[in-house]
Amino acid sequence: MRRRISVFGVHTVLIAYTLLAILPILLVVMNSFKTRNAIFGSPLSPPNAETFSLVGYVSVLGKSNALVYLENSLIVTLGSMILVLLLGAMAAWALTEYRFRGSTLLILFMSVGIMVPIRLGSVAIVAMMLRLGLNDTLTALVLVYVAQGLPMSIFILSEFIQQIPKDLRDAARCDGVPETRIFFEVIAPLLRPAIATVAVFTMVPVWNDLWFPLILTSSDNTHTITLGVQHFVGQYTTDWNSVLSALSLAILPVVVIYVVFSRQLISGLTAGAVK
Amino acid sequence: MAATSQVVAFMPRARFAWLMLLFLGPAVAIYSLFSIYPLLATISLSTYSTNQTGDYIFAGLSNFVTLLTDTVWSKPFWNALLNNVILFGVHMLVQNPVGIALAGLLSLPALRFRATYRTLIFLPTMLSVVIIGFAWTLILSPLWGVAEGLLKSVGLGAWFAPWLGLPSTALITLSLISVWQFIGIPMMLIYASLLNIPEELVDAARVDGLGQFRIFTHIKLPLILPTIGMVSILTFVGNFNAFDLIYAVKGALAGPNFASDILGTYFYRTFFGYQLQVGSPTMGATVATVMFLIILMGVCAYLFLVQRRMLRYTF
Repeated sequence: MRRRISVFGVHTVLIAYTLLAILPILLVVMNSFKTRNAIFGSPLSPPNAETFSLVGYVSVLGKSNALVYLENSLIVTLGSMILVLLLGAMAAWALTEYRFRGSTLLILFMSVGIMVPIRLGSVAIVAMMLRLGLNDTLTALVLVYVAQGLPMSIFILSEFIQQIPKDLRDAARCDGVPETRIFFEVIAPLLRPAIATVAVFTMVPVWNDLWFPLILTSSDNTHTITLGVQHFVGQYTTDWNSVLSALSLAILPVVVIYVVFSRQLISGLTAGAVK
Repeated sequence: MAATSQVVAFMPRARFAWLMLLFLGPAVAIYSLFSIYPLLATISLSTYSTNQTGDYIFAGLSNFVTLLTDTVWSKPFWNALLNNVILFGVHMLVQNPVGIALAGLLSLPALRFRATYRTLIFLPTMLSVVIIGFAWTLILSPLWGVAEGLLKSVGLGAWFAPWLGLPSTALITLSLISVWQFIGIPMMLIYASLLNIPEELVDAARVDGLGQFRIFTHIKLPLILPTIGMVSILTFVGNFNAFDLIYAVKGALAGPNFASDILGTYFYRTFFGYQLQVGSPTMGATVATVMFLIILMGVCAYLFLVQRRMLRYTF
């Protein structure tokens, strides 16, 4: 009996916290599908046949470059993710597999970036991008995000590479397979499970970042979705339909991807994090 | 790190160097050029100031003296630093204990719907700070009245105040919004390390007659101290580098009357300027360098004091 009560108690607490975590998001998404009167009249009730309205979405898509922002975010996020994965895996392989003079120093050098936020170098980054002629381009964002993502990805991938049995590569070496092919054809395919983890650590902060788009892009057609929403909401604060719809448009893709991949994401997160 | 493979040792030196250049070159180049170099350049720029013609002249530590003693600069700086400490304090007092408690509940044996709870509680962490900030602004807005209505329905209507707008409560409210969003990170990290505790230890305690609660506080909690230390330093770095939430909700002026100003927003204003104040790269670099030193001190304190003393349990 006592045990049953305590199980009930645990679920009550967890359900209460889960509601606290998702209701605010649900409230925004739900109200974005309602008429203005219903948003203010009965904010807590879901839209019904009478109160359903898409007026907010129509005005967001009409008044802003939402689709351009989404496209920019996709380009920047995927571009940095692919580069971080490829360059990170190659570097992690070299740093774990080979010893050479200064390799320990190089590992220390690369791990500085795990703890020190690249944002603190912003003053010099802005000046440098101007000098390179990369100001207000998506390339500038990708370069910064790759530099930001590499240390963590090298760290996670190194942990993973160490668990791959030694015999595998030595067998290939005895067969005379060149080192580059050992990496690309023997090791790289085995890294697949770790890639989900690295992808989470790279993609989410890049997609959500406000700082670098804010300081590195100035024209409307290089804005990312996060900066686009920030501008749009600041501009149309009083148009509640538009504001709620803009927020929902930014929330929905992330939620859909998260729900589809949550199992892989969370197992990657917990497995990569414990080490 | 792995022991060197015997087979590689026979490679000619020049070919080995080429191989390393191929594998490490691109990563090290991009990282050095766009992460380490800007950091060092920023620190070096903080020792310069501009004269009337716009040339940079070496100024030693005078920018730092100005920042810390000239009231025009020092008053907002100390205000931002104090607010940042409060932001960090709220995270340490609310986010991490609640995160630990949630992780403890989630790791209870034979808990049903574990994956569902975990997935849903982690959801806000995945979303952009900007979106979370706006969503809470709307919810707490007296115009919409959602928060007020909810409080009224449980008879606490009188408690409601426009928390985000009042100088006395804005910072705490923003800190709690940030806690609400990021609680998934301590929860996940601690949950993962709880799962790593070997069954035998917990079983032994159970045989000795300890209940679930005492098992958690006496057996599991001491074992996960290294993870709690890591979560704390992650929180520290994240908080002293924070910007997005305050900027999204309150703008660069971090109102009302700078009540929610933190180092990140102060840095933005010194670098880019605001209203009548012209932005200054050298003073911006000075603020960034001070932020760097604060973060460095935190990381060093963690490495030397916390991590060294903590026993590493290997299972």
